[in-house]
Amino acid sequence: MNDQLPALIIVLPLVSALLVNIAGRVGRSYCWLFTVLVMTAVTGCALGLVSRVMTQGIIHYRLGGWPAPVGIEYVVDHLNVLMLVLISAVSLVAAIYSGPAVQREIPEQTTSFYTLFILLVAGLLGMTITGDAFNLYVLVEISALTGYGLIALGQGRAFLASFNYIIMGTVGACFYLLGVGHLYIKTGSLNMKDLYQLLPSLYSSETIAVAFILILAGVWAKMAFFPLHTWLPNAYTYAPTATSALVAPLMTKVSVYVMIRIIFSVFSPEFAFHISAVRHLVVWMAVVGIVTGSVMALLQTDFKKMLTYLIIAEVGYMVGGVWLANRAGITGAVLHVINDALMTLSLFLVAGVVTYRTGGHQVRNLQGFYRIMPWTMAAFTLAALSMIGVPPTVGFFSKWYLMLGAIHGAQWHFVAALVFSSLMNALLFFRIMEMAFFDAPDPAQAWVGPEAPVSMMAPVLGTAVGLLAVGLNSRVIVDRFIQFVIPAGL
Amino acid sequence: METLIAKYNYWIYTLLMMVGLYAMLAKNNLVKKVIGMSIFQTAIIIFYVSIGAKEGATIPILMHSHEETVRTVEYVNPLPHVLMLTAIVVSVATLGVALSIALRIHQEYGTLEEEEILDQIQGL
Repeated sequence: MNDQLPALIIVLPLVSALLVNIAGRVGRSYCWLFTVLVMTAVTGCALGLVSRVMTQGIIHYRLGGWPAPVGIEYVVDHLNVLMLVLISAVSLVAAIYSGPAVQREIPEQTTSFYTLFILLVAGLLGMTITGDAFNLYVLVEISALTGYGLIALGQGRAFLASFNYIIMGTVGACFYLLGVGHLYIKTGSLNMKDLYQLLPSLYSSETIAVAFILILAGVWAKMAFFPLHTWLPNAYTYAPTATSALVAPLMTKVSVYVMIRIIFSVFSPEFAFHISAVRHLVVWMAVVGIVTGSVMALLQTDFKKMLTYLIIAEVGYMVGGVWLANRAGITGAVLHVINDALMTLSLFLVAGVVTYRTGGHQVRNLQGFYRIMPWTMAAFTLAALSMIGVPPTVGFFSKWYLMLGAIHGAQWHFVAALVFSSLMNALLFFRIMEMAFFDAPDPAQAWVGPEAPVSMMAPVLGTAVGLLAVGLNSRVIVDRFIQFVIPAGL
Repeated sequence: METLIAKYNYWIYTLLMMVGLYAMLAKNNLVKKVIGMSIFQTAIIIFYVSIGAKEGATIPILMHSHEETVRTVEYVNPLPHVLMLTAIVVSVATLGVALSIALRIHQEYGTLEEEEILDQIQGL
């Protein structure tokens, strides 16, 4: 049983995605319960894998018993076990939270929502765990297709937003596939470990360089890295509350993970970072992305849209951090993948409560919210401080490593971008806090009673506490996991 | 000219890919964009299928099953073809999702021209 965990963590949600339809036939309300139970089981599997990786090291799981270059292999190491826990925990929180939001916004589509929800989680877990380059493509498309559907469950502009996402997402996935094809022409292999061993003798080949560029371009389109970010804001803003709580924290972060996996486990840092002009160009792109994201966020009057531009800025942090190509920078980038997922989750959960209570997600909907919704605003304040980077919240620690990495690599423009983005975040969030604290609440909203159902408030408060708990344990995450991720020589 | 003819499969796939990319970026009609996307995906399928081909080789079904060693030069590489079966499934699924969303857009706005839809959104 324990040996089968790497397969179980994927098979369980895949099968459950079918079974949830039966639950939906019996009664719509069972879907929620069923999904929460499945996500709990998946989180259990992920935690089981953590203990196995910590005691036994890297796990190689052969699907169907076929050995590596021929068969598909699942690999669990110190990097992706963290991602597995992150994905399953965030999906569990999002699943608990989704109940009332789905009931209010999309009651007719409850069953389809939960089918897609579970499939999306299966896709994301698969992208993380797979050790096969082509298998990765299939899982990328599973998570993307379900994501398009989940976003299109929204109303009005959600359809057009989802459509643009389909076009961009498909171009991204196709570029990735084309890149993998080029690798296959040269090496005849699709297994990542095999590729890693075969590629060094071919590094001088132009085909390999083209493959690397195609794969990167594809992954960048998927993670909304500047300037390929245009699909993201509308897609995440107009999606239903329950969708954005799942998709916004995870999709871009898992794509960043895929980029890290490609650079370290298929190619090598020596190959990826050996041309310093390219390295500097990517860091510059990240800088422009961070600045653009922050400025655009400041200009928004829609709360959710503001958060989506912050995601774009944060993607710049992570990509820039990796391409600083030194130990501190990469540590910061990996840590930020986890931290940013938690911060984004926390903020989107708050945005969902605001939508649930007021029916809108404009910034002005938050007027006087400290008086009517003190607990939600406490969570919001904590998340905002984390985005700004105030210790001991998670945001501080990853920013600290990124800053160290940038200083170590003498990339002063990246340091400046990090400082600028922190200042912009401070400006942005203090402006909202001021309005929520001093302005009188909208009389229509000023009823007394619980802020939101318990199943929404528990995730909001739990995630906020998580921001502190994970922040205080950053050292443990770095020492026990991330330090094994960084290749020797960096 | 030699390389142009010798590597004609790559030229065809590149051309098709550009056609698809052009339609996705430049066309105003959403269904045309979807068709562009489909052409783009098909171009990649052609690319994969063509790299499995070998001169003078036949389809990968063993002719003499009692043969001890399989002479791989006699058969085309079946792996890229098998991969493309999956990719075709993916592209059909994408096409289906894209068209159904285009249908919803048409129900919502009564048009499939992107500019007209954007005008309507601005007008709201």
